[in-house]
Amino acid sequence: MTGDDDANGRDDEVRGPRRVPGPRAAADDFDLGAVPTAPGPTAPAPALSHRVLKALLGAWALAACSAEETEAVEAHLTECAACADEALRLRDAVGLLHTDRSLDLDPLLRSRVLESCLSRRPARIPVPSWAVPYDAETARLDALLRDIGSSEWHAPVRLRWFEGERQVNRKTTVAGVIGHLMTVDGLVSTALGLDDPAAGGRRGSDTAPGSELPLSPTLRTETYWSAARRPATRAVREPWRDQSHALIRTVSFAGRGAAELSVSYGDFALPLQDALLDRAFECWVHGGDIADAVDYPYEAPSAAHLHRMIDLAARLLPAALAGRRRAGLAAPARHLVRAGSPGRSLHLEIEGSGGGNWYIALDSPAALGSPDHAVAQVALDGTEFCRLVAGHVSPVDAAAGQEGDREAIRDVLFAAASLSRL
Amino acid sequence: MAKDTPPRWDRRMQQRLARGEAAALGEFYDRFASLVHSQAHRMLDDESAADLVTREVFGYVWENPDAYDPKQGSMRSWVVRLTHRQSVRRLRAAEPSPFARGEDGGEEGEQDGGEDTAARQELEERVRRATAAARADYIVASMPAPLRAALELAYIQRRDYRQTATDLGVTEDEARRRLRLGLQLLSTANTRPLEGSAPPGYGRTP
Repeated sequence: MTGDDDANGRDDEVRGPRRVPGPRAAADDFDLGAVPTAPGPTAPAPALSHRVLKALLGAWALAACSAEETEAVEAHLTECAACADEALRLRDAVGLLHTDRSLDLDPLLRSRVLESCLSRRPARIPVPSWAVPYDAETARLDALLRDIGSSEWHAPVRLRWFEGERQVNRKTTVAGVIGHLMTVDGLVSTALGLDDPAAGGRRGSDTAPGSELPLSPTLRTETYWSAARRPATRAVREPWRDQSHALIRTVSFAGRGAAELSVSYGDFALPLQDALLDRAFECWVHGGDIADAVDYPYEAPSAAHLHRMIDLAARLLPAALAGRRRAGLAAPARHLVRAGSPGRSLHLEIEGSGGGNWYIALDSPAALGSPDHAVAQVALDGTEFCRLVAGHVSPVDAAAGQEGDREAIRDVLFAAASLSRL
Repeated sequence: MAKDTPPRWDRRMQQRLARGEAAALGEFYDRFASLVHSQAHRMLDDESAADLVTREVFGYVWENPDAYDPKQGSMRSWVVRLTHRQSVRRLRAAEPSPFARGEDGGEEGEQDGGEDTAARQELEERVRRATAAARADYIVASMPAPLRAALELAYIQRRDYRQTATDLGVTEDEARRRLRLGLQLLSTANTRPLEGSAPPGYGRTP
């Protein structure tokens, strides 16, 4: 806005409303460049002052006033050079607006761009390879969250997983899911001696970080959810993202040596490198839950990352089997071997992206899986296997090719589903 | 948590990039990639060209974090300037040969100087239009939210200013004011060149 405009406006207030000329015929064909600036003949019209008409210029340029106002403005433009000048500028400005929503960024672009950067100048402090899937998945989920509207944060999400022999579920919202991810990520923060954002409000006091919350992921989440005074909002995105960034930064500085650091989940523990892989997997699975809830597409992780996630599940299966056996949920061990020796195995063949072959020791977590001792084979697609491990499909319904010892197959598929949790 | 204010975030980020922290590069990407890509896309109107500009901009920042001078403005505005520079470079590189000949082979350029001048003027016009379009996007994205909301209602939802006022829960006076002010801000995209935008070597006037 120029000083002249203001001067005009004040002048008019003093002089009172001007008479404006009659409406022009074709408003749409109105050529501003050809507007004569000399006052036209006066004609009966609504007595809108220069000040009022000037205030209407934005709405006029956007074709957002009534027909009468449009006529009055256009008549005024023939006699007021300052307004005609501004009208022209604002009309041009409208031409710069556009309706096409900016395209969502291709999530795969991130790894391509980062790789290209790192090939031009190698990092002095790299992100450890086992933390890269977590970096990629948190970034992908964050990009989805940036694109959703405030109301979508309250969209209902039903989280599903397996307990014992059956699928259970728990209702929450998009914001609730992010709170859940943040709360369980807090286990890794706690293991690294970082502040746990879910522990909330107590930081700076002498309470040990995270000590208010139980370690079991489910209890921890329920405690966090029930402690909230009101339903979670999009405000949870920032502490969730800050924590994931802090984790990636911290493990980068800690380097290789930190890979084996133990992260406690209450009734079990994982080495840091597996814990971050587990968190990457959870982040993808819950990203998918959120995407379903708000009707967005959400792809699987890259093949390399998917392979690592499947490998983690395959490595956890023998212990999960043993746990179910102790609980009377799986058949007894058939043939125990010395620790570290090859034992009865199931050949898990994962097809498609991220796939490969794994041999799952059936009788003891201490035995080695071995192709020579395979008694059964299960073949399934990588994403289907992940759906099973996430508890999104029941072991009975999983689309799996099966061959050999039916008992072993059943036990392994149920053990895979039992890896799922809230 | 004490939130990092932009200048502080900028300084810390610059230090971390200079230190060669890959995690910082990831965070930097997460903050600016969609801005860089949408600006490049607006200028070049081509997805893969915008991908390449994005790669170039982040590559440049990662290799030259010290080139950022906080006294010249925020890191955000620096990134926008770099994106503009790369996009203009691409626009010029995509020009047909007469112009390139004029640049490279002195004598030849003299001979078909007329064509050259026309091609150059046309190119300059394209660069100017693309710059205004990208700048307008940037202005819309960074204008106060109430102004942006009013413009979106009137332009995208085709609401008149009275409906806009109702939707926003403000007076009609206020709705008119916001529409006009929003457009006034936007109109500066056409007049003010991006600072530091003129690339070297192409400034000759015939």
